[in-house]
Amino acid sequence: MCQVVDVRQAVLARNDGLAETLRTELRARGTTMVNLLSSPGSGKTALLEVVLARATAEAVPAAAVTADLATENDAARLSRSGAPVKQVHTGGLCHLEAAQLRGHLEGWLPDDTRVLFIENVGNLVCPASYDLGETLRVALMSVTEGEDKPLKYPSAFGLANLVVLTKADLAEAVGFDEPAFLAAVRQVNPGVDVLRTSARTGLGVAALWERVLEVCDGGPVHRPPLAGHRDRAHSHPHTESADRHGVDAH
Amino acid sequence: MHELSIAIAVVEAVDELARRHDADAVDEVRLRVGELAGVEPDALDFAFEVAREGTLLSTARFTVERVAAVVRCAPCAVEFHPGTPPNLLCPQCDGGSVEVLAGRELELAGVGFPAPDHHDEEVTADVPGR
Ligand SMILES: [Zn+2]
Repeated sequence: MCQVVDVRQAVLARNDGLAETLRTELRARGTTMVNLLSSPGSGKTALLEVVLARATAEAVPAAAVTADLATENDAARLSRSGAPVKQVHTGGLCHLEAAQLRGHLEGWLPDDTRVLFIENVGNLVCPASYDLGETLRVALMSVTEGEDKPLKYPSAFGLANLVVLTKADLAEAVGFDEPAFLAAVRQVNPGVDVLRTSARTGLGVAALWERVLEVCDGGPVHRPPLAGHRDRAHSHPHTESADRHGVDAH
Repeated sequence: MHELSIAIAVVEAVDELARRHDADAVDEVRLRVGELAGVEPDALDFAFEVAREGTLLSTARFTVERVAAVVRCAPCAVEFHPGTPPNLLCPQCDGGSVEVLAGRELELAGVGFPAPDHHDEEVTADVPGR
């Protein structure tokens, strides 16, 4: 004989709760988190390098956390921008989790940080399920990856607030079918904005940076229908629950 | 592997529930997984076998209830199944002002503990979600 306890609990409730706490803490100190999701080799680091350099040039305090299973290569590249950069090793884990990220930010993230970029582990599957406390989730994809990628990874693209196409300077050379790509994005995430960028030519970098600053200033954030349901069902996002202490500032 | 981290989260959540109910074993774990949750039930099954080793859940029966996806178009009030891969555009107006009504679930639905020795202490408590 056994007793069954009825529960209605999101499996990732613990992570989601911590993510919401972190979002609240960051908001309280004027920091906006941008979570970047993509496959390995999509050109995420190269684009972030250019964006960070722009932040430095405009004297907007930005910082970046770059997550990898191993190596310090990305942090070394990003540090050249002059922005504070922290390399996080996930220890074999294929994604970042809110608790882990919060621990890394403690005592490190400069007080005046306006934008915090998170370069998530290169992987379009796992990171999609984990809210980190970001305000803007960006799914990136390069023109070399195939225009049906949003259909293959509907969660990554379907939960994004913004979709960024990278390496657009190569589109013609690789025969990238842009209308098919846009249709695929629209199918999994109707209404989401798509920005075409190239870290090499600088295409779209200004637009991307502008979009990020708009969100920092409280501008509207696209809410994908896939995310909407989850918020409602297990809802705490966007409620202020400042019951925790802030991320350590110094 | 994504399902492994989900399975680990399941084991942790159930472990915490077991402690709250003073249970030293778990008989059954029921999950609800939506079609749009991005989780493959077979892979989750396999991952669960790995994640539960050496825990209170080591002999638990693991069942996954698959929840079909339902999307509703706001202007048309049409409800439809988005299919695989999901197409969230309304079949009637091709519009994207839709709401996902079901299919995003990734939740613990029920947990079975061995009945306590003292039958007078019947517990039917609902554990509040979150
Ligand atoms: Zn319609």
